[in-house]
Amino acid sequence: MSDVTAESTLAADPPTKVETPFQRFRAEFFESKIATVALGVFLIIVLLAVLAPWITPQNPYDLAQVSVMDGRLPPGSEAFDGYTMWLGSDGSGRDLYSAILYGLRISLTVGLASGVIALLIGMAIGLVAAYAGGRIEAIIMRIVDLQLSFPASLVALMMVAALGKGVDKIILALVIAQWAYYARTVRATALVERGKEYVEAAQCLGISRFRIVFRHILPNCMAPLIVVGTVQTASAISLEATLSFLGVGLPQTEPSIGVLIANGFEYMLSGRYWISVFPGLALLLTVVSINLVGDHLRDVLNPRLKK
Amino acid sequence: MSAVLEVSGLKTHFFTHAGVVKAVDGVDFTVSKGEIMGLVGESGSGKSITGFSIIGLIDPPGRIVEGSIKFNGEEIANAKEERLQGLRGNRISMIFQDPMMTLNPVLRVDTQMIEAILAHESVSKQTAWERSRDALGLVGIPSPEERLRAYPHQLSGGMRQRVAIATAFLNKPDLIIADEPTTALDVTIQAQIIHEAQKLTKQTGTAMIWITHDLAVVAGLAERISVMYAGRIVEQGGIDDVIDRPLHPYTVGLLGSVPTANRRGKRLFQIEGMTPNMLDLPRGCAFGPRCHARTDACGEQPLIKDIDERSLRCFNPQRAAEAVK
Repeated sequence: MSDVTAESTLAADPPTKVETPFQRFRAEFFESKIATVALGVFLIIVLLAVLAPWITPQNPYDLAQVSVMDGRLPPGSEAFDGYTMWLGSDGSGRDLYSAILYGLRISLTVGLASGVIALLIGMAIGLVAAYAGGRIEAIIMRIVDLQLSFPASLVALMMVAALGKGVDKIILALVIAQWAYYARTVRATALVERGKEYVEAAQCLGISRFRIVFRHILPNCMAPLIVVGTVQTASAISLEATLSFLGVGLPQTEPSIGVLIANGFEYMLSGRYWISVFPGLALLLTVVSINLVGDHLRDVLNPRLKK
Repeated sequence: MSAVLEVSGLKTHFFTHAGVVKAVDGVDFTVSKGEIMGLVGESGSGKSITGFSIIGLIDPPGRIVEGSIKFNGEEIANAKEERLQGLRGNRISMIFQDPMMTLNPVLRVDTQMIEAILAHESVSKQTAWERSRDALGLVGIPSPEERLRAYPHQLSGGMRQRVAIATAFLNKPDLIIADEPTTALDVTIQAQIIHEAQKLTKQTGTAMIWITHDLAVVAGLAERISVMYAGRIVEQGGIDDVIDRPLHPYTVGLLGSVPTANRRGKRLFQIEGMTPNMLDLPRGCAFGPRCHARTDACGEQPLIKDIDERSLRCFNPQRAAEAVK
């Protein structure tokens, strides 16, 4: 370029080191020790759940491996098959360590699957509401309001009662109980983003409505969505446990964490605390670690809380 | 010179709960190929709304209620959305005031520029990328390959406005509407941006409407000037005529309020009062109550008069010029 005036000021700009928004976010996230530990705990839980078939002495779903003779053994007892039950066993003779890991598999699957499906559905509906406006928006948002006026557990309870037992039905029930949270979040964020100048600029470039909504507005709505997503996933996991505890969630033959807690409940007063307490701790650890990560995500992603 | 844009009798009104805001109320002007026209006025005078009316982006409750906008001879006022979408960014582009806000913060510069090309042409991504790179080079951005990979927050304000200008010129439009593109920049960057814009219009023959409230910017840039007040153009003409010999009392007042070296020590001219409430405009001439040259005739709405090469909405042009001396 021969343009001298232009070159001189531009040289003052520091050389661009390409740092994606994701890299910046990652650096900020790991500044918090609590969140880093929580994320670590959560990843270990996920890892344990995934590896369950290879690291547990017993498959709690295989009735041939479960012996009633082993029932209600305290932590550290030796099982009939010779392995040590570090966390004890439940009333039907399941090794609790194995049962908890297998239970976590179900709980995490249900939580994540329902979270992702509800997020996708809620996101699409929220975006449509925000971009369409007018009557469509009013109708959608009144349905959302109506649903949010019920506690999620009540909605889920009614859905499970209507649908019946089983992992797929639980997921469906949780999706129905949760999509509205996502829809409301996305719509609120998208309304703000739609009013911003970059959307007007994109319109002025002749970019189609569809692209503006999905390529320009949606990525800018991701921050609150991720936060709501983590918190909602944690609440989906505890909601599933609640339903199973109440006996309307998963069947006895496929014990999720909630079922395990319920199984031990009747033994609580007889001193056999371990049957409920250890699954309870596993659930607590999972939910708390996800929530801590979610809380910190909110702090990092919220521009108003930026240092 | 052939006219790229002919606007006549344009009225854009906003139907709010408080009443009808006549943001643009009968605007006429013509922009020829390669010409830069300054559209000057204070905040709320309707200059930006005029720009958005041309590009067809007036959101409810506003709409174009009357008038015609002919772009290359084609009527585009209230044209179909698909037609307007085909023109936007392709034949008519826009540059905005705040470069911090007009680039999408989560998309890289190359993504945004390539998208602007692919929205109108089916070329390969590689070709689009090369054109984007060349466009950035044209507006004086060094090492454009590197800047293309950057996110908007990694660029300075002046740099971002250059990206916005490069994007506006990408598809070699016939008309660019620049809505206060230098207002958010500091003065040295302002001068560079004006220089780039001027150079590019010369090279490409693109016509430009430069919307601003800054007479000094327009004086050094535009060939013709239209002064807007309360939704109407009150004076229009060649840049030298209007700046040197303003006829409308509003223009006279605006120019009189600019400090100049040869009036050192004297009190600056002041326009009395405040801008009128657009919901409740005064009867007759909207500038009447603030005008230093007002007469009884001003209770009526002045029509456009053509004097020599310029047009004017005033009953008393002579009285206006004398008062400031």
